[in-house]
Amino acid sequence: MSAEELLLRAENAWHPVASESDLVHRHVFHGQLLGQELALWRADDEHINVWENRCLHRGVRLSIAVNDGRELKCQYHGWRYANRTAACTYIPAHPADAPARTIRNGTYPVRTSGGMVWTAVGQPTGEPPALGQGLVLRPVPVRARPADVITLLLEQPPALPDAQPPTAKRRGDLVVELESVGFLVVQPMDSDRAVIRGVLSSQGPAGERLRILRHFDAALTRLRDTAQDRAADEAAPAPLLPRYEPVPKHLASLPESSGHHDLPTRVRVVRTWSAGAGVRGLELGPVDDRPLPTGQAGAHLDVALPGGLVRQYSLVNGPGETHHYVIGVKLTPGSAGGSAAVHERVREGDVLAVSLPRNGFPLRRDRTRTLLIAGGIGITPLLAMAQTLEHQRLSYALHYFAAGEADVAFRERLAALGSVRTVTGLDPAATEAELERLLGAAGEDSQVYFCGPPPMLDVARDVAGRTGWPRDSVHFEYFRNDRTLDHSSRFEVVLARSVLNLTVEPGRSILETVRAAGVGVPSSCEQGACGTCRVAVIDGRPDHQDVYLDDEERAAGDSVMTCVSRSLTPRLTLDL
Amino acid sequence: MAPKSLNQPCEDKVLLDLWHPLGAVEAMPRNRVRHDRLLGVPLTLGRSPEGRPAVWRRPPDGPQPTVWPAEGPTGPTLPVIEQYGCLWTSLGTPRPIFPIPEAEERDRRLLHAGSVMLHTSAPRAVENFLDMGHFPFVHTAVLGDEPHTEVKDYTVEVSVADQEILATDCVFYQPQAALGAQGGADVDYVYRVPHPHCSVLYKSSPGYEGRLDAIALFVQALDQERIRAHMWLCLLDDDQPDWALRRFQMSIFGQDKPILENQLPRRLPLDPRAETPIRADKSAVAYRRWLGQLGVRYGVIAGAA
Ligand code: FES
Ligand SMILES: [Fe+2]
Repeated sequence: MSAEELLLRAENAWHPVASESDLVHRHVFHGQLLGQELALWRADDEHINVWENRCLHRGVRLSIAVNDGRELKCQYHGWRYANRTAACTYIPAHPADAPARTIRNGTYPVRTSGGMVWTAVGQPTGEPPALGQGLVLRPVPVRARPADVITLLLEQPPALPDAQPPTAKRRGDLVVELESVGFLVVQPMDSDRAVIRGVLSSQGPAGERLRILRHFDAALTRLRDTAQDRAADEAAPAPLLPRYEPVPKHLASLPESSGHHDLPTRVRVVRTWSAGAGVRGLELGPVDDRPLPTGQAGAHLDVALPGGLVRQYSLVNGPGETHHYVIGVKLTPGSAGGSAAVHERVREGDVLAVSLPRNGFPLRRDRTRTLLIAGGIGITPLLAMAQTLEHQRLSYALHYFAAGEADVAFRERLAALGSVRTVTGLDPAATEAELERLLGAAGEDSQVYFCGPPPMLDVARDVAGRTGWPRDSVHFEYFRNDRTLDHSSRFEVVLARSVLNLTVEPGRSILETVRAAGVGVPSSCEQGACGTCRVAVIDGRPDHQDVYLDDEERAAGDSVMTCVSRSLTPRLTLDL
Repeated sequence: MAPKSLNQPCEDKVLLDLWHPLGAVEAMPRNRVRHDRLLGVPLTLGRSPEGRPAVWRRPPDGPQPTVWPAEGPTGPTLPVIEQYGCLWTSLGTPRPIFPIPEAEERDRRLLHAGSVMLHTSAPRAVENFLDMGHFPFVHTAVLGDEPHTEVKDYTVEVSVADQEILATDCVFYQPQAALGAQGGADVDYVYRVPHPHCSVLYKSSPGYEGRLDAIALFVQALDQERIRAHMWLCLLDDDQPDWALRRFQMSIFGQDKPILENQLPRRLPLDPRAETPIRADKSAVAYRRWLGQLGVRYGVIAGAA
């Protein structure tokens, strides 16, 4: 086998790259294998990490990073990479943003054997050879081809002190067994550089160890000199080129601006269960001992899902239930994949990035009576409200419209409430009649909260209007915007506070345009349903396309949902 | 891409046709010559006994005198100018050098602050010069300090016509914004990149409301992965002696050097997927794109496209 073939095969094999004793407490060790630089470090939990020696941000070697026991902190801009996963956990230049979940440094597999740390740059098959726990020799670097070093070791196997040279047997491409002495392993650093590592079969008597180590050190050093003398006569092979894997595509471009999806909290999926037909319940707990930011009734979380989607889910939590978040996700066939991601890809134990709880649907508690009317999965925020009202002994009634008995979700929570009525199996006409009955019967000083599918809410809006409800007593939460959006117009936005004039092109939203100019606006659902991106209008007439504002708010025209709405006038002046 | 091409002379016309710095004029004694390199081309430079500077191509294995040859330059001479404290030359047909208007202001202090060799590429050094995010980590307690790590949004404009990148509205927290000041404050910065290997930064100057100190980095690319960085100051400050200003700049550069020399790959990757930019890196992203648009290949790893 030629030296080139040997190197090629070495790609997919295990090799030692450090002695275990090299990985001292809070230290980062610089290694190299087949032209690839490695950063090796031991975390305080004893986990050994072998990583690509390059910070994904700007390429600074992580072997000069700070090992704080749990993470490596890059020296250049302080990015932090977590033990085990090498996922970036913090980017100091943008302290308010959570790093994209997929910023993850390159990692290599790790094993230990014979007091050495083993890894592979390619796809190793099997396991590294079991070399026991004998005396680990001091490694000796050699400037020669790895294949030539192996040949030399087979030719001139080093002996124990005062002993005959042992029989040397090749035990794999780069491993030599010295019969009843131990093993020598050649670490291929590069095409023309190697390290001879070794472990003896036994620790030897304590008083003898130093002498034996010195003896082998001298023997291996002599072998090094021979190998280097031989190599000097030949032209050195071209060094192997390190490979720098490209970062994932979505990380390559600049995120447009801050406040986009702020996902500062990490939660662990503690439990998942079937909360009703097609509804998956998720209990999300803290990942460490820091408490989760607490939401109130009606609040939702933005949740980053596998596959890069960010979706909004209302918290089901009752008051004081602050040790976890509970959400319910309905599988919607034909959706963009958010619900499918939750149903199929989220597993117990996963860590998800979530926003702070945001509340665009706050619960007032200053009315004598509260009607809560839920349709389908719209039960989630109303369940949180019902638990709050129940706990405070405020008068309420929860009416839960579901397709059938099996579709009723969160039964245990419902069972614990005093005033719940489930209504099942109604067609649209019967639903409208029932809404009419419920709203018509409400007394003075009542308020009503609706959450459900858009068609039901549209009907509810009509009914509330017909039955004479004052506007500030009726609250809606749409969980999606079903309206057909028209983004064909072109107009100018004037940002009064930033003194900027921008043109909103067809196909782009006000939000995108404003962010591209560096002005931050928070957003969440980005379909005109949650109210997070609402901005005050100073001049001009908005072309409302959202489902968040009610008729009176629309008519007033003094605010606009920048994610979907546009302008009816050629110019719209915003308080930004 | 093969490593041996690293020693090959530059073939980028856009770079060859520019002026490149060779170091402080004042550091070149009369009647002596020095051997140097620019863009992979061996050069000899020196000053005649009369003080006239000259630069010429040095045959790779010709004699290497250290005194000005009696017969004058021993090879074809290159154009030279003296500007911003440096001697500049060009391997092609240069246009006039980029302006630094502040250099003309009469109350400014002009000073060559030093030259440093670095084992990295010219574009990596320029990018580092543009970068505020590293202040708290690399220039701790001097230009920045944890936990004040936020890089607030700033504005970047690229003008291909003017061959210049401009970053404005940059603000960064500095622990001791002025000499003798108690506590930190936000400092304003403006960055210009008027040349692929040069950058000028402007920084608010304590006691000179509304005017800015200018600090320039002129990089001499010896080859693709070796540079000499020349620092030039154009300050309003009149109090500190030259040696103190030089020592300060050198200590700052001394903090950058080990970082830059541990940055891999050494040549600047232009492929957007080579590294992970964040919003704070807006100016670096613009700079990489601009180098690509100019067709620069020397000292960079060309993009995938
Ligand atoms: S290069 Fe590591 S944090 Fe920027
Ligand atoms: Fe720096």
